[in-house]
Amino acid sequence: MSLLSIENLKTYFHTYRGLVKAVDGVSFNVDEKEIVGLVGESGCGKSVSMLSVLQLISSPPGEIVGGKVMFEGQDLLKYRSKSNMMNSIRGAKIAMIFQEPMTSLNPVLTIGRQLTESMEVHLKMTPQMARERAVELLRLVGIPDAKRRLDAYPHQFSGGMRQRMMIGIALSCNPKILIADEPTTAVDVTTQAQLLELMRDMVDRFNTALIIVTHNLGVVARYAERIYVMYSGRIVESGLADEIFLEPRHPYTIGLLKCVPQLGETRQERRLEPIKGLPPNLINMPPNCAFLPRCNYAIDRCNLEPWPSLKHVGGRHYVACFREILEKS
Amino acid sequence: MTSYIIRRLFMGVVVIFIVTVIVFLFIRLLPGDPLTIYLNKTDMQQLTEEQLQELRVKFGLEKSLPMQYIDWMAGLFKGDMGQSIYYDIDVRILMTERMPVTLYLGALAFVISGVLGIAFGVICALKRGTWLDTLVTLLANIGVTMPSFWVGIILIYILSVKAGWLPVSGYISPFEDFWESTRRIIMPVTCLALFPVASLTRLTRSSMLEVIQQDYIRTAWSKGLKERLIVSRHTIKNALIPVITVIGVQVAFIFGGSVLIESVFNINGIGRLATQAVQNQDYQVVQAITLIMAIMVVIANLIVDISYGWLDPRIRYE
Ligand SMILES: Nc1ncnc2c1ncn2[C@@H]1O[C@H](COP(=O)(O)OP(=O)(O)O)[C@@H](O)[C@H]1O
Ligand SMILES: [Mg+2]
Repeated sequence: MSLLSIENLKTYFHTYRGLVKAVDGVSFNVDEKEIVGLVGESGCGKSVSMLSVLQLISSPPGEIVGGKVMFEGQDLLKYRSKSNMMNSIRGAKIAMIFQEPMTSLNPVLTIGRQLTESMEVHLKMTPQMARERAVELLRLVGIPDAKRRLDAYPHQFSGGMRQRMMIGIALSCNPKILIADEPTTAVDVTTQAQLLELMRDMVDRFNTALIIVTHNLGVVARYAERIYVMYSGRIVESGLADEIFLEPRHPYTIGLLKCVPQLGETRQERRLEPIKGLPPNLINMPPNCAFLPRCNYAIDRCNLEPWPSLKHVGGRHYVACFREILEKS
Repeated sequence: MTSYIIRRLFMGVVVIFIVTVIVFLFIRLLPGDPLTIYLNKTDMQQLTEEQLQELRVKFGLEKSLPMQYIDWMAGLFKGDMGQSIYYDIDVRILMTERMPVTLYLGALAFVISGVLGIAFGVICALKRGTWLDTLVTLLANIGVTMPSFWVGIILIYILSVKAGWLPVSGYISPFEDFWESTRRIIMPVTCLALFPVASLTRLTRSSMLEVIQQDYIRTAWSKGLKERLIVSRHTIKNALIPVITVIGVQVAFIFGGSVLIESVFNINGIGRLATQAVQNQDYQVVQAITLIMAIMVVIANLIVDISYGWLDPRIRYE
């Protein structure tokens, strides 16, 4: 049994321009201590699906209209967002790191306050104990002079340091799962690598499963054991990292791989091919495959039938496509 | 920080100086002559030119404008606010008599509007879209558009004339008879606080709604904190930053309001005194009141600027 399994999750936004099906039937699971990647172009619904797990969708306009989020034998979607049950899961069992280090920390509260509060709430620590543990956490995530920094404010920290601190906050209560939603998108490249290494070391040390959400295939290639590829609110392909990288089967995944440069490759050997066209906007989508307008492999059936569901194609590999494409790379 | 306060105090002094010059000139540029009004009051119209001149000398009115201004300033530095022409007494006596009344009413209105305005705004934001929010927001929108003196007249008509629950007007000190005093100030304080409460409610509500959508509030939720803690620790402090500015402005607004409200309710504070002094062209009294109000507004704004730093650590006083 998986640690977390999301079944047929649907999250819609009711906007004045129409219904946005941001997440439209996503299934997803994570095992203990596993590192899973969720990849897709921006706007495809990665953040919304992760926020739905913790019921952090602002409602209105958002609404989780269906599906299950099974965690430790319970369907979390049976509980209201502000219920005690959800509060006892968030931060304690499932923690989250967000994309924007500049806006994700409260500007008027000290670093110490923001680090200790979840420990005080979930682990029932006294302020004194929580402070001592906070110092230790800051050291672990590589912030020097930790004791003095507790009384600093977020604006005195760089973006990379804030993300380090977010990692510290997220792991402070020893959660089972850490969801990192594009944690490195807003920082520079060297910091990116450091943060990713740090995160991997930390989940290893704390025995935490990690979901890395990213639009960067390079990141998942390096860290994830298993990968989900998302397009337009749905999972189009999933499998072990090797299966996805060596035998991509969905035209979208194939396209994604063609537009990432690989190490040691020269300009002559392979031209990078961007995927033509734009990702669809998610308002009032037609029922058939959303990738169809951009697809090089389309057949008549794609136009006639609704979106294909995920099919098992061997190993832990699943693909949502009518064509049986097998492209070795 | 200290150098910031000193610089702000210096700027305050400059502002006050400009205010004194303006009020000094304007009250003297109004048509009419304070002595004529004084003489009408005292039935001494039949004075000779010499006797008139004597009075002018007594009140320092025979000198040129710059000299009169210098006289006023020199007096102020000695703690002398001059002589009221109309009442023929020391302005300081008038001030010590009238000032506490206005301060008492103003301070009550200020505290009430701060507490209620912020509380209403926070509650509306937390209950956004409910009937309670709709009702309070509607009342606040009406409240900012209604002139306070008009509300005063309506209140008098309904609560005093028709229902007979409250005295029509007048003021007595709370030290004299607390209960009767309180009955008499209910309506004037309500009128003074009306606009401040309404505008603070609107501002606090919109500021709260803005903060609630911020990423750091989502972070707070993601930690599993209870809503009560998220509101009290993470939301309100951020939401109050823009509200504090307006609270500083309210001080000026309440003083301005007291000029009208004290006249409507027949209260002998400096607001009403100011109205009468302008009518009577009682130069020294108008000048003294304006000066005191300007000083208080400057101090209020300084306090606001300092409390910013307490609310928002990003602010540096340089
Ligand atoms: N608050 C919102 N209101 C309306 N639409 C939203 C809202 N949040 C997200 N969406 C829509 O949901 C879709 C998925 O967004 P998101 O999950 O943030 O994408 P990403 O994959 O880049 O994380 C987007 O197309 C966006 O338009
Ligand atoms: Mg995102």
